[in-house]
Amino acid sequence: MGRKFNNLLLEFARLHRFLMRFFREVVSPPFEFKEIIRQCYEIGWKSFPLISLTGFIVGFVFTKQSRPSLEDFGATSMLPNLISIAIVRALAPLVTALIASGKVGSQIGAELSSMNVTEQIDAMEVSGTNPFKFLVASRILATTIMIPILCFYVAGIGLLGGYLSMAAKDDLSILSFFTQVFETIKLVDVFAMVLRAVVFGFTIGFVSTYVGYFSSKGTEGVGKAANSAVVASMFIVFIEELLIVQVLSLIS
Amino acid sequence: MAKTGSAINYEDCVIQVENVSKSFGSLHVLRDVDLKLYNGENLVVLGRSGTGKSVLIKLISGLLKPDSGNINVLGQRVNDLTEKELMQLRLRIGFSFQNSALYDSMTVRENLEFPLVRNKRNLTRAEINREVEDVLDGVGLLQALNQMPSELSGGQKKRIGIARTLILRPDIMLYDEPTAGLDPITCLDINGLINEVQERYKTSSIIITHDLACAKMVGDRMVMLLDGKFDRQGVFEEIFNTDDPRVKPFYDYNFIV
Repeated sequence: MGRKFNNLLLEFARLHRFLMRFFREVVSPPFEFKEIIRQCYEIGWKSFPLISLTGFIVGFVFTKQSRPSLEDFGATSMLPNLISIAIVRALAPLVTALIASGKVGSQIGAELSSMNVTEQIDAMEVSGTNPFKFLVASRILATTIMIPILCFYVAGIGLLGGYLSMAAKDDLSILSFFTQVFETIKLVDVFAMVLRAVVFGFTIGFVSTYVGYFSSKGTEGVGKAANSAVVASMFIVFIEELLIVQVLSLIS
Repeated sequence: MAKTGSAINYEDCVIQVENVSKSFGSLHVLRDVDLKLYNGENLVVLGRSGTGKSVLIKLISGLLKPDSGNINVLGQRVNDLTEKELMQLRLRIGFSFQNSALYDSMTVRENLEFPLVRNKRNLTRAEINREVEDVLDGVGLLQALNQMPSELSGGQKKRIGIARTLILRPDIMLYDEPTAGLDPITCLDINGLINEVQERYKTSSIIITHDLACAKMVGDRMVMLLDGKFDRQGVFEEIFNTDDPRVKPFYDYNFIV
């Protein structure tokens, strides 16, 4: 029991050092612009097809499922308001984060841990390159930048899915749908969405690089790192969602 | 064939390891180890698997920190260096990894360019290309320039790994099991390359191995790591002219079995 507690404390200390090192490395030159851009492309651009499909389906299905409840009250005209609030305030950041945890988190975890196993990280270090800055800081920055961008995109494509779901039954123009959407969404909702997306993006990058960078040696370590990156990222994202909702409702 | 004719300067000690100990938990790997590497010398470190040979060169390159003792490399005390100073020192140390450690997402050209463009930022594209081609030609693999590491054989990977360390023109080379897992002909090639590197680039090297043919071909001097300490040292015959049961099976397995 005592040993387990000690190990837990040591893990927290290592996490704290890792976090502090990230902030130190990210502001000190030389900056890894080229690698950050490459990672933005890998993490962001390559996730677009999956994110597009998921965002569209979420918007479409959510609208379809919400319709009967509003119909009972004769309030189907309020569907655009409901969809926009649900997507912008909750669904878009959460769906983006969950998809990114699966796709990006596992990719980063597996890549860094296999580099660790095959001594590529050591090789980088002995050839005068700071592997933390090159591999870790660049990936955390890239997820922190790209997840909010993907989140905006998911919100847009989710709303489009919602519109198409509505348009299948109602005679509603896209212009009047989006006019109603933008009248409903407040600036604070957009701010809350960006805040969530930034926090989730940082979390996914941080957790995935941490488990990959400190993975145990051997092929089993690679599998474990990929798995832990996904599970831990998703778990922490949900905890953060819970906390952010509480904090925002207190503020508003 | 034993090695002869290296230009060694015994006045100039480029690596000095003094009373170094290293443990991992309750496992004591190195106990008060002393070692000297002279300028221009190829020093072979022999020993059984798991005796701490690789740990020793990781300590020398600063990848690991010793529990106690001093390590001096090229006149600098590794233990006292800041991260930045250590990074500068590492540019003068080439490290050839046991499994080559090539970056598998990069081509051979990109692998070789990587340390160069990051540490010599004022080089032009033409100069980088010339350096890469020159060092690749030196290891006889110019034709592999645009190949991915996954397309190379074990021996080719070793050569590219050595080329990548040579591109920064290091003063010291550290080879971790350079012939492990290779066929005898490729082993001969790699041994020849190690001697060629010593002659052409004027490097001083530590070669970690348990391949006695390799040790005999490339080593000017040898030390044997036994129970966490260097018990025996000298030239090949001095090491193996013994009935010590910890040493004899080494020779018997390599040359008699």
